Amino acid sequence: MSAIDPAPSPVRVTNLRSAFGSHVIHDGLNLEMRKGEILGIVGGSGTGKSVLLNTILGLKHPDGGTVEIFGRDVHDPKANAQVERRTGVMFQGGALFSSLTCGQNVEAPLCEHTELSKEFIRELALLKIKLVGLHSRVADQMPSELSGGMRKRVGIARALSLDPELLFLDEPTAGLDPVGAAEFDQLTRDLCDSLGLTVLIITHDLDTLHAITDRIAVLAEKKVIAVAPIKELQHYDHPWIKSYFNGPRGRAAEESYAGIERTH
Amino acid sequence: MAEGTFTIRNESGGRTLALAGDWSSLTLGDKAAQLGDAMAGATGRTHLDLAQIGHLDTAGAYAILRAVLPTLAPSPMPREAERLFTLVRPAVEEEVATRQHQPWLTALVTRIGMAVFAIWNELLSAANFAGRLVFELGQLIRSPSKLRGVALTHTMESAGIDALPIVITMNFFIGAVIGLVGTDLLRSLGFAILTVQLIGVAMLREFGVLITGILLAGRSASSFAAQIGSMKMAQEVDAMQVIGVDPYEALILPRIIALLIMMPLLTFAAMIAGIAGGMIVCWAALDISPIFFFTRMSETVEIRHFWVGMAKTPLLALLIAMAGCRHGLEVGGDVESLGSRVTAAVVQAIFMIILFDAVFAIIFMELNL
Repeated sequence: MSAIDPAPSPVRVTNLRSAFGSHVIHDGLNLEMRKGEILGIVGGSGTGKSVLLNTILGLKHPDGGTVEIFGRDVHDPKANAQVERRTGVMFQGGALFSSLTCGQNVEAPLCEHTELSKEFIRELALLKIKLVGLHSRVADQMPSELSGGMRKRVGIARALSLDPELLFLDEPTAGLDPVGAAEFDQLTRDLCDSLGLTVLIITHDLDTLHAITDRIAVLAEKKVIAVAPIKELQHYDHPWIKSYFNGPRGRAAEESYAGIERTH
Repeated sequence: MAEGTFTIRNESGGRTLALAGDWSSLTLGDKAAQLGDAMAGATGRTHLDLAQIGHLDTAGAYAILRAVLPTLAPSPMPREAERLFTLVRPAVEEEVATRQHQPWLTALVTRIGMAVFAIWNELLSAANFAGRLVFELGQLIRSPSKLRGVALTHTMESAGIDALPIVITMNFFIGAVIGLVGTDLLRSLGFAILTVQLIGVAMLREFGVLITGILLAGRSASSFAAQIGSMKMAQEVDAMQVIGVDPYEALILPRIIALLIMMPLLTFAAMIAGIAGGMIVCWAALDISPIFFFTRMSETVEIRHFWVGMAKTPLLALLIAMAGCRHGLEVGGDVESLGSRVTAAVVQAIFMIILFDAVFAIIFMELNL
């Protein structure tokens, strides 16, 4: 149904180099996403996960290499408007505009990029708010009145307002209780399946990684050292990957998902 | 991208709605309303024909479903389209709650009432803060060792010494302007020499302290409110209380005492700068030499004018620091309230300065000072 050719990969990072002064964060980093997958990015603190996300989003200029989204260079100003409409981002705390109601937050991208009538935009915003599992009265509340988990849901609703093909989630489950986190994982999976999204998740949550990711990219030594489904990563012979997935927390998460094969 | 189009083919017992092109939020335009109008009042069954449809997203699916749902007959459609329709269907079925608009008169009265209550609450909160402050100052006098020396000297530097250049520059120019205006006016009356007296009285009695107060209100009241407010937002104030540190003692008192100490000193510098500005103008415009200027000033301007100016500084310092600190503590959880509180702190501080300056002017006049 999508009018886009299958050819260009949603995200392709080639030979990326990022540095702050003499401090090199990424050097020769390569990453390619497949259409329709949920890719998780993991890495220790300070390995530049957020820097990578900001570079992919076009917020930070790379010091070398290229970032393409759907075959267009993100850092080419002409391509930017196209990319904005085809991608949605949920930042860590939701990053909702605090002076607008939640409904207006979701309406904002629609008002900016479409010529729909005000009334229809409002209905669409309500639809998106319901899609992420919130009551419609949330639309009239201010972000400061909501809990952290609800704010994240509104953040996703705003990210989805233009029906993007590519969704970025930065630490979606950080700060949520286990029940809320599991619900959020399920929501991500459902939205991904029903809207045909390609999703890039930066997370530390091993449960999330087990539950919903198709593949995981591991950031270490200034590059992506492995991209593979979690099952395979557990057998990788790299000290950091080993300690990450086979540590006590990794084992616990694995056990709770053993036997639950995803059907999709 | 091709714009979405629709055609309706009437058939026995209903119609077929054939959709073509892209039905997405970016291409939809006013198609939703057109389709809604075309389908309004339709009876019988509606079949959907999606064979020619291009890109469909939730906005398109919502627009289509909203128009046809009451009459929709099961129709074959591509799997993705079916998924989208399933996704948006509950939202379409649920009646969109129409926002209740209040009559304008009710809304107006409500707003006025809320504003009155806000003013009342503001007064209560100010009185509450002032009372607490008196109590804390009393505690401090009983055990002076509680005073936080580092915080005090730090604020004295940032709010006092760092403000010195701007205070001196501003007052220098104010003094010069008074000199210029006075020269011009008094020369035409033949009393040009009175300019010296005018500069002396104006700077010592009013402008030295007033300009310094307004500058500190803009500089320090805002920074106090922003500092304490952002600490409040980051729950630092809560953390302080839990650890057993009294925020009044650690945050408020050092700032207030620092301004109480620095304001008279800054005002003193302001007075000197203003008189220097006036002196230079007199020298240039009236050919009054600095030596004659000072002789004339010491003969005609009494020292009481200096004391009247200085007497106002503690109260103004207190008003500025209190406005800043109180609004800082009132900041809630969001950025919006931080912004409005910082603004309120500055506006209130300047308002209070001018109000109390006027009150002082009346009092001193009655006292023949």
